[in-house]
Amino acid sequence: MRHASTGQVAAAALIAAFLFLFLVLPVATVMYVAFTEKGTGAFTLVNFADFFRTELFVRSLWNSVYVSAMSVVWASALALPLAVITTRFAFRGAALVQTLGFLPLIMPPFVGAVAMQLLFGRNGSVNLLLDDWLGFKIPFMEGLNGVIFVQSLHYFPFILINLSAALRNIDRAMEEAAQNLGSSGFRLFRRIVFPLAMPGYLAGASLVFVKVFDDLATPLLLNVKDMLAPQAYLRVTSIGIADPMGYVISVVLIVASVAAMWLSALATRGRDYATTQRGGGGLARRNLSRGENVLAWTAVALILLLVLSPHIGLLLLSVATIWSFAPLPDDYTLTHYARVFGESSVYIKNTLVYASLAGAIDVTIGTAIAYLVLRTNLIGRRWLDWTAMAALAIPGLVLGIGYLRCFYGVQLPGGQPLATLWIMIVLALAIRRLPYALRACHAALQQISVALEEAAENLGADKARTLRRIVVPLMAGGILAGFVTSFSTAAVELSATLMLVQSNSDAPLAYGLYVFMQSASGRGPGAALGVIAVLLVAACTLAAHLLAERNQRMKGDVS
Amino acid sequence: MSAAGISIRGIDLSYGNNRVLRDVDLEIEPGEFFAFLGPSGCGKTTLLRLIAGFARADRGTVEVGGRDITALPPWKRDVGMVFQSYALWPHMTVRSNVAFGLEERRLPRAEIARRVEAALDRVGLSALADRRPSQLSGGQQQRVAVARTIAIEPKVLLLDEPLSNLDARLRVQVRRELRDLQRRLGITTIFVTHDQEEANTICDRIAVMNEGVIQQVGTPMELYERPANLFVAGFLGSANMLEGTASADGRVFETAGGARISVPTGRSLAPGAKLVFRPQDAILADPDTPQSGTNLRGTVSHREFLGAMVRYAIRVGREEIAVDAPFRAGDALLAIGAPAAVSLPAHATLFLAR
Repeated sequence: MRHASTGQVAAAALIAAFLFLFLVLPVATVMYVAFTEKGTGAFTLVNFADFFRTELFVRSLWNSVYVSAMSVVWASALALPLAVITTRFAFRGAALVQTLGFLPLIMPPFVGAVAMQLLFGRNGSVNLLLDDWLGFKIPFMEGLNGVIFVQSLHYFPFILINLSAALRNIDRAMEEAAQNLGSSGFRLFRRIVFPLAMPGYLAGASLVFVKVFDDLATPLLLNVKDMLAPQAYLRVTSIGIADPMGYVISVVLIVASVAAMWLSALATRGRDYATTQRGGGGLARRNLSRGENVLAWTAVALILLLVLSPHIGLLLLSVATIWSFAPLPDDYTLTHYARVFGESSVYIKNTLVYASLAGAIDVTIGTAIAYLVLRTNLIGRRWLDWTAMAALAIPGLVLGIGYLRCFYGVQLPGGQPLATLWIMIVLALAIRRLPYALRACHAALQQISVALEEAAENLGADKARTLRRIVVPLMAGGILAGFVTSFSTAAVELSATLMLVQSNSDAPLAYGLYVFMQSASGRGPGAALGVIAVLLVAACTLAAHLLAERNQRMKGDVS
Repeated sequence: MSAAGISIRGIDLSYGNNRVLRDVDLEIEPGEFFAFLGPSGCGKTTLLRLIAGFARADRGTVEVGGRDITALPPWKRDVGMVFQSYALWPHMTVRSNVAFGLEERRLPRAEIARRVEAALDRVGLSALADRRPSQLSGGQQQRVAVARTIAIEPKVLLLDEPLSNLDARLRVQVRRELRDLQRRLGITTIFVTHDQEEANTICDRIAVMNEGVIQQVGTPMELYERPANLFVAGFLGSANMLEGTASADGRVFETAGGARISVPTGRSLAPGAKLVFRPQDAILADPDTPQSGTNLRGTVSHREFLGAMVRYAIRVGREEIAVDAPFRAGDALLAIGAPAAVSLPAHATLFLAR
């Protein structure tokens, strides 16, 4: 560890100021308003008492908890078979599952919601066919069911990714030791394998819970209003930013997020099963018999078909003339795409600008924080790291409300409030995605041996030049991966944006989608825009994946 | 526990084109403490895993206690294995780790409790039964792994490099404990190691392996004194190996350096055989007073003072010979470049081929 230089102190101060202004201050303001009396500023719990006295809010709270918990249950039911089949058996479709299984994540869930209505709704394709053949319908999409259905299909990859990684990291000797002592089959899985993968499962499950709890657009589009996030949004947009209820709900959302993450951390505390040991290697993959293979393929095909149904529905919708009360569209057309490219290209342009700027801010700050934490002994450097990561627990809706409250009063020279400037959308996106970029940069720097920098300094390069000529080039792969992750997730973000967008000309793609999807006549063009968004994010994700792989190969040559 | 012998017959095992085990035959006696010794990649761990059922042979059979277990899955073999990494399950306490195998055998609750206590008692860990593996030291973890395995009273005990994750001081202590435990239980035990000192100090017999082939089986002293080939001679301790050619009648071996050594009667030299002797068996003599037996003449090219002895390198022709001379107070050392004669007693020389 070296002594901090002036430049490092200045960088740390700048980052601290940024995080304070655009993360700490807005969130603190939301909390402050929730706990104080309107006008006097005195501490009070009256707002919370009001919240718990209002039947609608209490019902919304329980609905949110119920929907989140059920989404975790159904997401687990989808993820568990896929994770087990691909990690425990020599299954030829593993690559297919790994690719298609992650597709849902690259589309905002509310986009799929509309397509799901057409496929699974009361008069959707599936129920029409069921009614024709068997004479009954299943209420997939009725009320809360619809939210649960859409959310579990959308977020199950979080469980799949974490659980698969955890299963793959189990030392083979852990399983062999159990076999050696007489255990096999399902008992072996239940007693040894699954408990060892539990930390990974819980990490994924808590993420799903939090994401569903905070999601705003999906329930709104499915016309479910008695959940917490929609209530907060409706209060602020219909009654105004002075109404305390929006803030109280925000605090409840934060508490639920933090509680879910804290509980999963608590459950896995002291059980950081660093299970892959030297000479270990992952679990042995068993060969499937012919019958088992058929069974596995059937299960995988059914799950993938279900998981990809929003995409399939969206694609159909985007080329459909009229699709109503019929299993399939009446006829097909490309006019929706023409309309989207004609009048909605501003959305696409805005998205590219906002997401690139947010990504650039994220990797700059991420690299700086990683460097300060790993390579200096600056006092308080860990606080920068923790504060930036805390953004994970702040719902986008809350951040949006905080920005409105903090920056609406700040007047620009032209008399326009600061909160309505498009820059604020960029900053909100940057804060929301900072944790992803920070972890990517941190990991990239951690892999670089300090000796490489010391060698450069030994040969006469000062700190700044060492940073520029040695550290940043070696981190390049990680930085790029971080940028693309931030970019592609920011491109489909809606919850903070929905609060902050003031005019159509400043709106990004996700907002445009939301506006289109609200009217029946906008669904076609909305779906076309959705398909474009999916392709955009898919291309970015693929690029991130290729970059990460190339980076891995380059690193392999050095070490 | 009644001890069971192990018979390994005609085992061939390949991973793709890589032949890991070649025609392995081995008889291990009931109650024996046996070692598989060899450099890394020699197939010793694969052979151990084959006995436990974690590797499948292309050909050959494995019998334990007279029963053919070749086709049995690992969980039906009753062959206890202690893993190199210990493989303790971090989500279970020490007690539940040890109880696991007994629970899988559906033993009555009271019986399980009794045997867990007994096993922990044997390794001296009863006090730590409710800890988690992560709260134990490396040595304690290893004892839990041993307790977990002996609790099921297996027919044989397999130890995969059990000392490799311990620090040097602990290693000496633990290997004695393992030996004592094995004696008390009387269980047939196989110990895999690449460290000849470990194998020599605790095992009754050793199989030296290289490139998937068993080179020689014998007691530690037999292997050291009468190695069967150049590999065994070189792997167990250090040895001088001089190239040369045999005379037409096979009575005399002439080294590349020109020294002539008579071959003991009744010994025939294999093609490519080398003259082999240990550094401490050669004697440094005064070059002016010839000794009986074989003498090699050369000059001192290097020396290392090691305290109890001095290791000289003597250049003889094109070859260099290592000679260990004991050092006693008052001895003078030979100078670099000084002439020296190396005397080889007939009983210390061997002629070995690959």
